Amino acid sequence: MDRSGWFFRQLTTQSINNIWLHRFAVLTAAATLFLIWMGGLVTSHGVGMAVPDWPTTYGYNMFAFPFPQWVGGVFYEHSHRLIASAVGLLTAVLAIWVWLRQSVGSQRRIVLCGIIATLGLMGVRTQTMFVILAIVAVGVVVFSLARAKVEPQPLRWIVLTAFALVLIQGVLGGLRVTQLKDEIGIFHGTVAQIFFALVCAIAIVTSSRWAQSKIAVYDGGPLRYLYVFATGMIFLQLIIGATMRHQHAGLAIPDFPLAYGKLWPATDAASIESYNQTRIEVAAASPITASGVLLQMVHRINALAVLALVLVACVKTVRRFGWRSGFSKGAAFWSGLIICQALLGAATIWTNKAADVATAHVSLGALSLVTGTSLILWASRCFQPAARTVEPMGLVTKSEVPA
Amino acid sequence: MKNYLPSITLAAFLGSLHLAGAADITGKVTLKGTPPPERTIEFEAMCGKLHSKPVTTRHYVVGADKGLANVFVYIKQGAQKAPAAGEGPVLDQVGCMYEPYVMGVVTGQKFKVRNSDALLHNVHATPKPGGNKEFNFAQVSKGQVNEKSFDAPEVLVRMKCDVHAWMFAFIGVVDHPYFAVTDKDGNFTIKNVPAGKYTVEAVHQKAAPTGKTAEVEAGKSVNFEIEVPAQ
Repeated sequence: MDRSGWFFRQLTTQSINNIWLHRFAVLTAAATLFLIWMGGLVTSHGVGMAVPDWPTTYGYNMFAFPFPQWVGGVFYEHSHRLIASAVGLLTAVLAIWVWLRQSVGSQRRIVLCGIIATLGLMGVRTQTMFVILAIVAVGVVVFSLARAKVEPQPLRWIVLTAFALVLIQGVLGGLRVTQLKDEIGIFHGTVAQIFFALVCAIAIVTSSRWAQSKIAVYDGGPLRYLYVFATGMIFLQLIIGATMRHQHAGLAIPDFPLAYGKLWPATDAASIESYNQTRIEVAAASPITASGVLLQMVHRINALAVLALVLVACVKTVRRFGWRSGFSKGAAFWSGLIICQALLGAATIWTNKAADVATAHVSLGALSLVTGTSLILWASRCFQPAARTVEPMGLVTKSEVPA
Repeated sequence: MKNYLPSITLAAFLGSLHLAGAADITGKVTLKGTPPPERTIEFEAMCGKLHSKPVTTRHYVVGADKGLANVFVYIKQGAQKAPAAGEGPVLDQVGCMYEPYVMGVVTGQKFKVRNSDALLHNVHATPKPGGNKEFNFAQVSKGQVNEKSFDAPEVLVRMKCDVHAWMFAFIGVVDHPYFAVTDKDGNFTIKNVPAGKYTVEAVHQKAAPTGKTAEVEAGKSVNFEIEVPAQ
């Protein structure tokens, strides 16, 4: 058999359900989680500014930076940049693959040429070039999402969105360094979560299980809205967490479950001054501020809300579908993640923000968001719309609900 | 916790006049109370090779008679704006540590940042929001020197190296040259202060800033005490 012929047949078959495409999407998602983990290490060690230039690294082309100089904070930051480049490349390949499979004609030629040209322009390693590409990418995101809403085969537009998003994300990371703006870092941390959720969604919808699943046959009641609400709260929690990390407020309160020995800490000027004075830090920790203390209190309270919501979602799912249902297993897994996440949050404080613990907290947060997003996706596909009459529920057993 | 809340007693007096109408303000800053113990710095491999003995943090460096080092003492009120005289100071990076730990500059005055280590550092100024402009640059080789300055008065601006998280130092920026940093025994001398009435403030990066007024008259000395509680 002609191996190259097999290769192109695989690439161009007009079906979303392709095992290798799915596996590649899973690989991209796994690489993204690895990237988030490395980003967590960067912020946990407080070394986001260890490489002061971008897109170069200490004046070198980042791919040629000498390994002996990967020391201290440089190791984490530079590794983060390299892994980000790899994720960008994987996303580009994923986009090309899907567009080869799902489109024909001039539209396909234009988009494929655009992606390849973008990859080529990555060789022009100037900040201006990257910023221009990011601005164009914002337009691509808006256009792609609009097309995804109206086209019968939206996957290609979703993947194109992911490609544009990873480009924007890289530029945000670079600008955070060169513009010395913590605020950009908050966006960077937030877009990372959105991108990870998007790539995981692509992995799900390219799976055979998705293709074989029964559409709109389960009466999920209000469960889907509960999933959406809980996932939204997790996303909010991740934004607060990103803000804390990039405002250096991770240890604005050094004790847990109390806060400076109280249920609600004092945030007047004298108290804040006292907090700073009594802290004996080894690393160059940023000063504790009233806003940092309040931010962490909001993070703690919202964590309670998320925990409660996810547990309620789990209980309601099990009651509706039984323990053998895929939805119940997914919701139980989600609950387990959130409980672990809460413990990791507490451990972050108890260990004085040990980098590995704080990084695990970041990574598990991303997994929690993705699990919620997955449940929403499956519910959107399998739950019966409220106003729609479909075949009798009795035709499908509880255990057949996928997740 | 209150046992750890030291206060600094600063005794300053008017020194002998060097110039007509100008005098030195000298004094000593002492620490009252027991400071929390310093923590040992865990160097990474390359920096660790540069030290044969353990190195600790430098939050409270207390010398003879409880004199407190690294306190920035300056005239907070009463002094006219004036340019710096002579060359600017040098902030050095030696053995993956900043030297000095605390120093002062006049607004607009160029000061040098030097890398005396045979490894790379980044030099990251982190002023307070709304204060001076933040900057971050690389020093990749031994002997590299860069000149920098700050435009606005700010006490204290923190300098840090993000490659080596334990490296940080402080710079007091004022718009006149009437400042000093206490030595290892807590002594300081603010030189050539024109006659007049001033508010002098002693700022320690852990203790709270406190200012007291001292009247300066030619040929006379003025003693004053500034208590800087660490609470």
